Amino acid sequence: MIERRDFLRLAGTAGTASLVAACGWDGGEAVKPKLLAVSKLNDWVGEHVLFSRHRLARTYDPSRRSRMLPSYFISREMPSLKDPGAWRLRVDGLVQQSLFLSLDDLMAMTRTSYTVKHTCVEGWTAIATWQGVPVSAIVERCQPLPGARYIKFASFDANYTNGWDMASALHPQTILAYGMNDNPLPPRHGAPLRLYSPTKLGYKLTKYLVSMTFTSERPGGFWEDQGYPWFAGL
Amino acid sequence: MPAAPGAISPPRPYVHRHHWIVRFTHWAAALLLLGMIASGLQIYAAYARFGDRGGALLPNPFQDSSFPKWSRLGGWLAGGLNWHFALMWPLVLVGLVYTLYLLVSGEWRALLFRLRDVRGAIAMTRYYLRLSREHPPQGKHNPLQKLAYSSIVLLGVIAVLTGVAIYKPLQFAWLTTLFGGFQATRYWHFWTVWIFVAFTLAHVTLVFVVDPPSFRAMITGRYRGRFPSHD
Repeated sequence: MIERRDFLRLAGTAGTASLVAACGWDGGEAVKPKLLAVSKLNDWVGEHVLFSRHRLARTYDPSRRSRMLPSYFISREMPSLKDPGAWRLRVDGLVQQSLFLSLDDLMAMTRTSYTVKHTCVEGWTAIATWQGVPVSAIVERCQPLPGARYIKFASFDANYTNGWDMASALHPQTILAYGMNDNPLPPRHGAPLRLYSPTKLGYKLTKYLVSMTFTSERPGGFWEDQGYPWFAGL
Repeated sequence: MPAAPGAISPPRPYVHRHHWIVRFTHWAAALLLLGMIASGLQIYAAYARFGDRGGALLPNPFQDSSFPKWSRLGGWLAGGLNWHFALMWPLVLVGLVYTLYLLVSGEWRALLFRLRDVRGAIAMTRYYLRLSREHPPQGKHNPLQKLAYSSIVLLGVIAVLTGVAIYKPLQFAWLTTLFGGFQATRYWHFWTVWIFVAFTLAHVTLVFVVDPPSFRAMITGRYRGRFPSHD
């Protein structure tokens, strides 16, 4: 039997939480850490209870592609490379073999292509086709050390980064995309290379990639550090 | 002629009408639902339409409009999401405790609308429309109340299921498909809000117009109104 006193205390908390609704308020500094603590719990549930590496996102016929797919970046102007030929993807951190890969190197590796639905945290969705190399193929090449549990993806778009858990990164539909809708990845969608996966919300899909670093500690991220859910798995 | 419940009679003694679990879950659900709606309206502001980008949109009187600041909780999208995903746990818990209590105590019998209540519901409707003058005899709740209270529990279940289906549309793809896809599921989830709001307005109005002592009963548990407290 649940203690009546505990129940009433819970009621008080719930009541206070909801009364602030009438104020157009964010909850204030006192509530924020508590909300973030619950968000961490939700991350844990998403990662360890709900996520399955074997559950694939639905794929569509290319004829179902949306007429438009919005694109966001952080920099004031659209990020672009001065010398695209000099671009390399750096793979480092807790790995046996650091890598330094050109676009040609990546294109010579296993190629995956799929037409999937993109889901933005804002609530919109759009269907597009993506071509690229599975992250699992990179992992096979660099051979992470036993302590590697996360990957930090970094970009040349301001200081935009994302942290990923290893299981999500190894999902068969998680790729490094260099093509979109049968064309090279356009600049506004993260050229020359972006992270893509229909298993995560759009803000986890790092564009304008420069490096992926294997870590033992959970890396933060641009939006994640500002309060957006870290796991963001669909 | 049987004594109509509305007839003038000597003051009645107080009777115990609502168990404390019912009273607690009732008010907790009301407050949590308020928080869920307010944070939901904040989330809605980020994309105030229903349909794939570049595709057909579902009809929505609130399309591209944002709700007033006082009605929103969270301050910005991340805040709204964090409130929504925090309050969802106690709300589901409260719903489960309430349902479990009804099942264990047997009180569901006084609340669940069943086929045999149809005739009584018609009689109540006739009474409310003033087509018949006498208030039909009833137990703890009249058949229309049973219909309303059963529907609102069902609506709660739909709100939770549509919510789960847009929270994890890949892990619960079967559920998202059942509701017609991601955007359609968002749409139904949004509409549950307005049904909850309409229900609450009607519920509160009827409490004070038809049976004011029932308000006190939902706080203290004790009731001295004109309706029976048992079937």
